[in-house]
Amino acid sequence: MSTTFDQVATIIAETCDIPRDTITPESHAIDDLGIDSLDFLDIAFAIDKAFGIKLPLEKWTQEVNDGKATTEQYFVLKNLSARIDELVAAKGA
Amino acid sequence: MRLEYFQMIDRITDLDVGQRTIAVEAQVPLTSTIFEGHFPGYPLMPGVLLTEAMAQTSGWLLIALLKFERMPFLASVKEAKMRDFVTPGELLTIDASVVHDGSGFAVTEAKVRVDGKLKCNATLTFRHTPFPNADLRGHMEAMAKIIGFPQQAIAHG
Repeated sequence: MSTTFDQVATIIAETCDIPRDTITPESHAIDDLGIDSLDFLDIAFAIDKAFGIKLPLEKWTQEVNDGKATTEQYFVLKNLSARIDELVAAKGA
Repeated sequence: MRLEYFQMIDRITDLDVGQRTIAVEAQVPLTSTIFEGHFPGYPLMPGVLLTEAMAQTSGWLLIALLKFERMPFLASVKEAKMRDFVTPGELLTIDASVVHDGSGFAVTEAKVRVDGKLKCNATLTFRHTPFPNADLRGHMEAMAKIIGFPQQAIAHG
């Protein structure tokens, strides 16, 4: 069974046409992979569908804009994967 | 349809908030300067305007689902297929449904038909935000009355 990171990396590779082997858990979706906000909507759509969740993009963006969080917390892929795992766990609780 | 004002929708014929679907009608005008260029001697409704009609149809559905508190803006168009010509004077029936309701965005599928025949379809993504100003919201509320936006759809949604 593939990990959450593996699934996210595959989604990003297929959605944004980025070579899969360049995507690592340490990759920052924006700073390292160059994914812009519009492409991230497609990624969020695919993640929402794949995991049966709703990534709280607006809340995350607001937290970053307010200085309450850093982009690394949500957009470094190992952190994004952890957030997805939390949302999946919360859904099942 | 008032092409010069980008008013593509004439009336909402059905809006189901629970099912997240909408149907509208739009009459392509018999004459327009657009048809003088697209194309001389062979007037056709431009595909970009059919896409805009599908976007506006989807937009009214999203405004209803968002309880008239947020405004959707077209972000991307995918799988847009112009399957057959649309000519001046034809009555379009356009329906749309929500495929995905994300955080601050939504994805819809829309179809344009004439006499039941599918003319074009597309998958559309919208960002939505609180209305950026009172003027836009006021304009949308006025337009809602013109096209028969059912306010009770929100109240009972």
